[in-house]
Amino acid sequence: MLPSPLAVVEAFVEEFDELMLHLRVTLTEAVVGLAVGVLLGFVLAVAMDACQVLYKAFYPVIILTQTVPTVAIAPLLVLWFGYEMLPKVILVVLTTFFPIAVGLINGFKSVDTDEIKLLQAMGASKLQIFIHIKLPGALGQFFAGLKISASYAVVGAVISEWLGGFEGLGVYMTRVKKAFAFDKMFAVIFLISIVSLLLMKLVELLQKKFMPWMEKE
Amino acid sequence: MSVLIVKNVSKAFDQNKIIDNIDIELHEGEIVSLLGVSGGGKTTLFNIIAGISKPDSGKVYLDGEDITGRSGLVSYMLQKDMLLPYKTVLDNVALPLVIKGMKKREAREKAMKYFDQFGLSGYENKYPKALSGGMRQRAAFLRTYLFSGKVAILDEPFSALDMLTKGEIHRWYMDIMQELRMSTLFVTHDMDEAIMLSDRIYILTGTPGTITKEIIITEGKFKPKDFNLTKEFLVYKQEIVSTLSN
Repeated sequence: MLPSPLAVVEAFVEEFDELMLHLRVTLTEAVVGLAVGVLLGFVLAVAMDACQVLYKAFYPVIILTQTVPTVAIAPLLVLWFGYEMLPKVILVVLTTFFPIAVGLINGFKSVDTDEIKLLQAMGASKLQIFIHIKLPGALGQFFAGLKISASYAVVGAVISEWLGGFEGLGVYMTRVKKAFAFDKMFAVIFLISIVSLLLMKLVELLQKKFMPWMEKE
Repeated sequence: MSVLIVKNVSKAFDQNKIIDNIDIELHEGEIVSLLGVSGGGKTTLFNIIAGISKPDSGKVYLDGEDITGRSGLVSYMLQKDMLLPYKTVLDNVALPLVIKGMKKREAREKAMKYFDQFGLSGYENKYPKALSGGMRQRAAFLRTYLFSGKVAILDEPFSALDMLTKGEIHRWYMDIMQELRMSTLFVTHDMDEAIMLSDRIYILTGTPGTITKEIIITEGKFKPKDFNLTKEFLVYKQEIVSTLSN
């Protein structure tokens, strides 16, 4: 049942072209879903920060969306939106917007009130306070959320592919599972891990670029 | 001539009167200190002067113009130096100009001109964490100056500094004030500091806080370094202590 590491490497090399073909599909779903998820999370966080009523109305709903298991929504999404890319992207969006929205809201709320007071004394508008204080102050939390979301994105895409589709690493996975090809199964598992790690590394690089003040002197 | 006048200002929060009937005047070029115990409503008063809070009654005038409830006109420096960690020193200092609508590049150019004078040259593109306590304070002063350049209200500006740095900053502040023709009203707990730095001292006591005494330091703000060892100094101090303990 447990293939030798050598067998896994061999399977990886042998199936490389096939794997890359599926990876391209999965990665597209993950990246598009993540991008939309980040945008949605950002918009929600800004709206909820600006308006207390929206916060009270939406926050519980947002929490609720995260208590529904992904595996349970995925088949529904397939039923509603078909076997193409759309249901997969939607599932990725649903799993990725949450860490972003929560991270940003906490970031906005944890801003030093004296900093806001200082800018108010300077005669700053709400928008200026947002740009100069709230946004940079919440960046750390944003990137912490983005790191989680990036890893969720790939896994979310794979899970949605399990439940129906023609291409993608998840589809490949179910195929090799049915063929009891455990070496290939492990090869694809490692590939998914590596891709997730690379995405997280990319987020770290972005963070360094956008938060230069965190660099050590 | 008075640049800043606070007239009959009162403010309450939830029926609790915090300050009552405060009258303060600040003449051009003066350093005036507001001395009082913690929780005496000094911060409330400063928020009103800065225009970020409205008084229940009373007015604030700047150069004779009613500025009650209008922010962005009087420079306000808060207790902490409040340099934003995610902006470079230059961008921190230029921030008030940007807030007023100046283009970023222009604001930077204008702020840059003062770096030498404020002992900050070479640190323009560093982040605040690279600065020492005294330098952070000077950067905060420069930002305060670029904010309005005429009247500054400072909330315990020197309280975070150690004794030696404090003395150094005091002298530096008097010189720079003179050069820039700024008038200052500052809050302090420290009697020695108040006597050493000020032209006049207002004493704020009681609940609600009222101005119970105004002390004029006849020596003016420029005093010899060892003024705190003289008899005159002690006379002022005694007067303050007896007012505070009443």
